[in-house]
Amino acid sequence: MFLKNWWKLLSFFLLLYTFTAGFLGKVPAKPILNETIRNLYFHVAMWFGMMIFFIVSVIYSIKYLRHNRASDDIYAMEFARTGIVFGLLGLITGSVWARYTWGDFWSNDPKQLGAAIALLIYLAYFVLRNSLTDIDKSARISAVYNVFAFAMLFPTIWIIPRLVESLHPGGMGNPALDTKDIDSRMRVIFWFGAIPGWTLLGVWISTLRIRLQLLSLKHELHG
Amino acid sequence: MVKSSSRLYLSVFAMMLSVIVHAQDSLKNEKPQMADALRSNGKIYVVVVVLVIILIGLFLYLVNTDKKISRIEKNIK
Repeated sequence: MFLKNWWKLLSFFLLLYTFTAGFLGKVPAKPILNETIRNLYFHVAMWFGMMIFFIVSVIYSIKYLRHNRASDDIYAMEFARTGIVFGLLGLITGSVWARYTWGDFWSNDPKQLGAAIALLIYLAYFVLRNSLTDIDKSARISAVYNVFAFAMLFPTIWIIPRLVESLHPGGMGNPALDTKDIDSRMRVIFWFGAIPGWTLLGVWISTLRIRLQLLSLKHELHG
Repeated sequence: MVKSSSRLYLSVFAMMLSVIVHAQDSLKNEKPQMADALRSNGKIYVVVVVLVIILIGLFLYLVNTDKKISRIEKNIK
């Protein structure tokens, strides 16, 4: 029991660490950002989680295309779903953060637009899935589409944000963080607390949904 | 007479100018405002406690859901 579920406990303790050290720890004093720099542990972690879930999702889609196993399709779908949830949370929290630093909820910033386009492409994955009634056809076409959706992540959130001017930190380089903005104390909480903690939580939620889907699949097959 | 009053205005304006320049100088030297007072008052701990409670509640809910699904899995097998 414990050997199988240790990572769920780990997720809890990593997030506990993030929530306490994230607020009580010292952060560099920056103009405009002020204390909101602590959003790094929450807002930025959402995007990292989303990227990880989309990568896992496309791996399972490719697996499905190779072996035609229905369970692979379920894995791909549920990880894409959690990825969208994390991405939407990242978009909403980012826009609240932007309101109090850049001055507006939405400034048509290239990074905001890129992230929104990427999410819309992934939402279309579910529109496509649910519009096909034949189970095998739906799984097959949506797996192919998922590969395309993943390919679209490159221009929308990895390439274009690196090329254009933006209000978002890390302008011409890393699209998410300017590594000069955070110091070693923040880096430890971010990389060892927030990122693995949030990601494991997302994995847990995904596996719960996957297990439910597998159960209903079994139910459909055996009556 | 007119000349001396305009000279007076000019000198007053010059004095105010130095005040404005000085004010901008001190604005530039001011450190970014951080919630240090909030921290020293201990109120930030309230936020941390609230967040930890939410976190614990959320995880208890997840554990509960996990157990329920496990039970169904066992029953179906």
